[in-house]
Amino acid sequence: MSIFKHHAKIETNIFFMAVGILLTVVVGGLVEVIPLFSIESTIEKVDGVRPYSPLELAGRNIYIREGCYNCHSQMIRPFKDEVERYGPYSLAAESKYDHPFQWGSKRTGPDLARVGGKYTNDWQVRHLINPRDVVPGSVMPGYKHLSRPLDYADITAHLKANRVVGVPYTDAQIANAKKDLEEQVFADPASSPAVAASYPKARIGSASGKDKVTEMDALVAYLQVLGTMVDFTTVKPGAFNR
Amino acid sequence: MATIEKDSVSGQNTTGHEWDGIKELNTPLPKWWVYVFWASVVWAIGYWVMMPAWPTLNGYTKGYLGYSSRGELEKDLAEQKKSRSAWLSKIEASDVGAIEKDKDLLRYAMAGGKIAFNENCAPCHGVGGVGAYGYPALADDEWLWGGALAEIEQTIKFGVRNTNSSSRQSEMPKFGADGILKDDQIGQAADYVLSLASKAPAKGSAGETVYTENCAACHAEDGSGNKDLGAPALNNQIWLYKGTKKDIVDQITKPKHGAMPAWTERLDASTIKMLAVYVHNLGGGK
Repeated sequence: MSIFKHHAKIETNIFFMAVGILLTVVVGGLVEVIPLFSIESTIEKVDGVRPYSPLELAGRNIYIREGCYNCHSQMIRPFKDEVERYGPYSLAAESKYDHPFQWGSKRTGPDLARVGGKYTNDWQVRHLINPRDVVPGSVMPGYKHLSRPLDYADITAHLKANRVVGVPYTDAQIANAKKDLEEQVFADPASSPAVAASYPKARIGSASGKDKVTEMDALVAYLQVLGTMVDFTTVKPGAFNR
Repeated sequence: MATIEKDSVSGQNTTGHEWDGIKELNTPLPKWWVYVFWASVVWAIGYWVMMPAWPTLNGYTKGYLGYSSRGELEKDLAEQKKSRSAWLSKIEASDVGAIEKDKDLLRYAMAGGKIAFNENCAPCHGVGGVGAYGYPALADDEWLWGGALAEIEQTIKFGVRNTNSSSRQSEMPKFGADGILKDDQIGQAADYVLSLASKAPAKGSAGETVYTENCAACHAEDGSGNKDLGAPALNNQIWLYKGTKKDIVDQITKPKHGAMPAWTERLDASTIKMLAVYVHNLGGGK
């Protein structure tokens, strides 16, 4: 037990004490930092994941503002029961453009990682206005106030901010942010608008049916794209095992 | 300099420090705590060897056991598939008609269909297919796109008015909003539709003329509708968007169109077959 008595020498010498603290902090820091060097290898290489369209991004901001994450996760875990109910488990690649990601672990409501396309726009709008209209036993609050116009004067800045943290928006996408946002609501889906070419699988059309862009339009556009970017019919099961 | 003394009460040494006459005992850590601590250290080293643990330059250490949560899931799913295969292989091999004729297979399909229905269909069509405003009831014998087994299966597979190329498509013209009919004509047509619905068509009325010229092509002379076009029957009291005169005028002026996802994009073929059988047996299957 004698070696444990020598710590008094370190504790009573300011130089040794400082070196000792430094070494401890360095080890602790490295353990946290080193795994990030190989983060690229943890993101699955899949096709289809793209940055959010301006309208979807605005909807995502509303999702965060309204605190949807308090009751809904966006993370299908690799368990049998979850995969059976929600679909293929979530990949890291699917949230690589999320800042911050919305994985969560609190589920008062169902997981939303693959809710895109599961319901129609009309259903989403009615459900958001008053959930009890379509799901009698629901405990979710109504979000009637989302029928108000969307404030998207600063949408270009939102795209730029995302680019700063690594989302690969192109210069053209940033320049067209406002136009793309309006087009996604008001363009005729059959006319193959530019926004659809820039953001494949973006849901074109007005969810709320109003003549202004509403917060509802943005939120529904976001919900409708969740989990739909990767085409799981072309991905082999087991391709991402690790 | 510190003088270490033996405390007479506890028998432990003191640390030798003294503050205003207060001395500190140097009681060692309990033995059990020290053992658990060292056991944890040994366990951690064993864990690093057996399980995925350390990041490396181009990946991570896989561990002797080769555990992976996604690999475990694959095993679980394979096992589950095997345990269900006795029934599922029969469902895969049979068409919906054959499933309904086999009593045991029907029971299995109804149970499986119910689970899939409650998760995927009930949000719109209601639990048990009772329907809601804008979403047709499935438990009655009134069908928009046909209530035969094969028709139900087709509707579930490809949905209604969505982007799937095989989706069922149809669109009622905006008679009011596009100026095809004048407001008074729309009112007359609505009156005639109401008379059709109460099984007492107002023959010879102005509404009948408007109806025959504009509506009958899809909804039929007698208002019995057309399943190929998804044109609802108007000669009964079942309404998708409610049945007051105002509701009917609104629908003729600027029609609302329901939509349904193409479930073949989300669910496998067996699940869709079970759903079709379940819906067909909710009460109104043709």
